[in-house]
Amino acid sequence: MSMDAELTRMTAQALAGAIESGQVSSVEVTQAHLDRIAEVDGAVHAFLQVSTDRALAAAAAVDAARAAGEPAASVLAGVPLALKDVLVQQGVPTTAGSKILQGWIPPYDATVTRRLIEAGVVILGKTNMDEFAMGSSTENSAYGATHNPWDLDRIPGGSGGGSAAALAAFEAPLAIGSDTGGSIRQPAAVTGTVGAKPTYGGVSRYGVIALASSLDQVGPCARTVTDTALLHTVIAGHDPLDSTSIPQPVPDVLRGVRRGQTEGVAGMRIGVVTELGGEGYQSGVLSSFRRAVDTLQAAGAEIVEVSCPHFRYGLAAYYLILPSECSSNLARFDAMRYGLRVERTPDGAMLGSAEAVMSATRGAGFGAEVKRRIILGTYALSAGYYDAYYGSAQKVRTLITKDFDAAFGQADVLISPASPLTAFPLGEKANDPMAMYLNDLATIPGSLAGIPAMSVPSGLASDTGLPVGLQVMAPALGEEAMYRTAAAFEAAYIAEHGRTVPESVPELEVSSR
Amino acid sequence: MSSSAPGVPADPDPAGRPVLTRDDVVHLAHLSRLDLTEAELDTYVGQLEVILESVATVSEVAGDDIEPTSHAVPLTNVFRDDEPRPGLTQQQALDQAPAAVAGRFGVPQILGEDL
Repeated sequence: MSMDAELTRMTAQALAGAIESGQVSSVEVTQAHLDRIAEVDGAVHAFLQVSTDRALAAAAAVDAARAAGEPAASVLAGVPLALKDVLVQQGVPTTAGSKILQGWIPPYDATVTRRLIEAGVVILGKTNMDEFAMGSSTENSAYGATHNPWDLDRIPGGSGGGSAAALAAFEAPLAIGSDTGGSIRQPAAVTGTVGAKPTYGGVSRYGVIALASSLDQVGPCARTVTDTALLHTVIAGHDPLDSTSIPQPVPDVLRGVRRGQTEGVAGMRIGVVTELGGEGYQSGVLSSFRRAVDTLQAAGAEIVEVSCPHFRYGLAAYYLILPSECSSNLARFDAMRYGLRVERTPDGAMLGSAEAVMSATRGAGFGAEVKRRIILGTYALSAGYYDAYYGSAQKVRTLITKDFDAAFGQADVLISPASPLTAFPLGEKANDPMAMYLNDLATIPGSLAGIPAMSVPSGLASDTGLPVGLQVMAPALGEEAMYRTAAAFEAAYIAEHGRTVPESVPELEVSSR
Repeated sequence: MSSSAPGVPADPDPAGRPVLTRDDVVHLAHLSRLDLTEAELDTYVGQLEVILESVATVSEVAGDDIEPTSHAVPLTNVFRDDEPRPGLTQQQALDQAPAAVAGRFGVPQILGEDL
């Protein structure tokens, strides 16, 4: 194995250690990942933008600081990362996967971007996503779909398919995602990587292009639970620039990981949610999940079955709340201050008013799914329908939160499959919105309740041979127990199989593409 | 429905099933400032009907006695100290504008000539 290949296969934790001890420079690590991107991204298409010069300059700054004897800026100093294109980075084109923002260059950094830069994390580039984070496959990106490194003919999940695929393709050891209804967890599940959605308000959303403001949450992604937790500590914490940011200390996620690795889940009560399984779930997913339950029981957990009867209304409530909020949030794309402006009709005549320009621009700049949800949201918020739709959906949200409260009275954490399906072929559901929405079946309840939830690979499905994700959910600000459970499961998996799930990704055959 | 009262969505039909006509979608697209092609309209009417039918199930359990939840972790009255902080410069704010005129955003005519 070449030195480059070794570096791209290492964990972020190991890379940070090697950089800090001087075994390798951040520039070497960064260059190895840039080389890997150049080699495979033509086939994977995880990145919309690769910031070669910026990344190498950031890496050189980390190396220079070390040479000057300065302490490392953070536990991840010098380690490369892939940033989802929904977070702004000053001077770097940011599109959120939409044509309406093609060529837009943000004049400021998101808080998460700024924290990463201050921590010495090297941002390699911006990753592909479903337009404005609406989708479960990245097929709604205006810039073409991302391909799953496990099988290039299959979806990498969505909306954060680019970030997840970058990890599984060894293009980056760390990535940032955003999760509104499952956009971190479902891509993690179908690419065999790890992704965590923190408690709502746990990570700042300043500089994150909004989808549904009562649900959106930024979170860390990586190939191991430890790396995910390390990244969590770098990005989480109160931000006065985000009024929904929680003004409380960040849960001790690293202690959770350490306990999981040393004590397993001994003494923990782990709840299996009856309603998150069965109909709509692939058999290979369910059998992997049952093995995961056995593994956690063997690692010391008391397994209890819990019922959350209102979860069956979660998908319906979500697909009312999300379109309502996104129809309002996306009103900012008005062709006046930034982004695309269409001033002429298709025949070349000048449009006569700001309103006509607005409608033409939005018609041309938004993709099909975005338009569908804007119309649905506008309908649901209409006078006379508000109570029946948006109001009822908010009541369902209360009922789901109460179900969680009751379940967490019986169990410390809850588990379920993270995605009902393993990666499906590109194109299979692209023209069937309802079929696509069902991919969020297991992740939506946690989103509606605002609780922390993550996906850790549970293994490969017996029917498709593709990765399956185990979802771990904890009460609000219960990230420590969530990470402990995920770390304990990962340790047990490694003990049984000798390696993590992402270490068994087949070698990409890029020459044939 | 929208022929009789544009802008007022129809009541659900007696079976509780939402009704959405092509005219409704035209009207909603106008409210949303979205130019749609004829083909898009044709596609959306059917798809939105299916989606609406599915999401209407929320009314089954949304009783009058249940409080709505708008945010998962309620925070009220979030203030910061009223201290000036640096913001974007005028040049930064205008840098990405489709058009800028005399240090302002340049926009097409807002009012119609008949006003």
